[in-house]
Amino acid sequence: MLKILKYSFFDLMRSRWSYVYFLFYLLLGVVLLFLNNDLSKAVITLMNVIIILVPLIGTIFGVMYYYNSREFTELLLAQPVKRSSIFLGQYLGVSFSLAMSLVIGLGIPFIFYGIFNSSAIWDFSLLLITGAFLTFIFTALAFVIALANENKIKGFGYAILLWLFMAVIYDGLFLMSLMYFENYPLDKFSLIATMLNPVDLSRVLILLKLDISALLGYTGAVFQKFFGTNFGLIISLAMLILWVLIPTGIIYRMAKTKDF
Amino acid sequence: MIEIEHLHKKFGSNQVLKGIDLEIEKGGIFAVLGPNGSGKTTLIKSILGMVIPDSGIIKLDGKKVKGQWKYRNEINYLPQIANFPGNLKVKELINMIKDLRSGTNAEDQHLIELFRLQPFLDKKLSNLSGGTKQKVNLVLTFMFDSPLIILDEPTTGLDPISHLRLKDLILTEKAKGKTILITSHIMSFVEEMADEIVFLLEGKIYFKGSINELKTKTQQPDFEHAIANILTTSDA
Repeated sequence: MLKILKYSFFDLMRSRWSYVYFLFYLLLGVVLLFLNNDLSKAVITLMNVIIILVPLIGTIFGVMYYYNSREFTELLLAQPVKRSSIFLGQYLGVSFSLAMSLVIGLGIPFIFYGIFNSSAIWDFSLLLITGAFLTFIFTALAFVIALANENKIKGFGYAILLWLFMAVIYDGLFLMSLMYFENYPLDKFSLIATMLNPVDLSRVLILLKLDISALLGYTGAVFQKFFGTNFGLIISLAMLILWVLIPTGIIYRMAKTKDF
Repeated sequence: MIEIEHLHKKFGSNQVLKGIDLEIEKGGIFAVLGPNGSGKTTLIKSILGMVIPDSGIIKLDGKKVKGQWKYRNEINYLPQIANFPGNLKVKELINMIKDLRSGTNAEDQHLIELFRLQPFLDKKLSNLSGGTKQKVNLVLTFMFDSPLIILDEPTTGLDPISHLRLKDLILTEKAKGKTILITSHIMSFVEEMADEIVFLLEGKIYFKGSINELKTKTQQPDFEHAIANILTTSDA
């Protein structure tokens, strides 16, 4: 598997898109720091961008890579390589290169700005960690979609829908249900509903770490009580890890039975 | 060498293989023939584990291949359509495959010279012509020393000289006592090379035996007519 990972990774590192993605984050970091002139504020702005953009790039890139590397996959399938390691290797190759573009692209401007001497270092690290998690989660979901659909157009369609649902529609449904059932105790429901969407989970995690939970309004107090503690942090990270592991497991299972 | 029992495979509602029983002995050239869509490539891909059969057993040297992958070290496979990752150079592709099959020796220099591929080594695969891609395909297939060689339409796109070289190459491998499985639609090529013929028709084995046996069975004087005879009588 490591060999496949290596080839996929270097293949992507040579492609133009990795650089575009890297340069985008580099530019974003520089501009935000230049405009805000304040690390904490830059981190907040950055969060809003990352929460929406990272899943989008992860899904699109994952689906695109899978369809584009079909030839490579077919070539590998005739070689003495385990089936599951081909797909897991490719998945990890895409995720690692995307996560690296994110972490290095944002890391460089913040390091030069002096993040190490600032109190925002933990907030910033958490931001990068959740960003990396989101990359792994959505790339895995994209691979699942691509494995399930031979048709490229369908695959892309479902991938976009998935992103739209997770990033936009889910929140809408969530808020609507909160309004609708406002006469009932909703703390548990809202906690669980947040846990079930990696995008929401990441957002809440970062917001609470930044101590701006007042922005959350209605359920903010419950969230602060839960996510603000170490226990909440561990549970949330465990949830994020589960969100990576479950789709990866599905990739593993699908890889075993697919025909080429 | 290869034993296949009751092999079934369905793609959607299309039943491609309908119970194949086949035994291929060690050594010699076996041609798998059949009209388009008769399941030749599916059969070959099932042996390689690229297509997972619905039911049936495939054994290689007495060992079941289902769920295994190490046995592919013993097989050299030439795919029907040379689909390569376009952004790699020829040299990089060859080195990559060598790296993936580490532990076995690769004889690529001799093959690169044989097919005159030196000028293309630093070119990207997406910029190569179909024939040149097929030559790269052949180099990748023949550079390892494996007891079983599977060639799916090996002559596609080759010029006459390369065609001759390919025939020599196959005969040298045969002389080493290897088992070679070929599918082809070029009957003269099959007639010249094959020791035995496996004829697939609608997902079943219609005939297995030598070319002479086929001629007597169909009562036709030459091989091409014998094949045509099978196809016309089966349609009727």
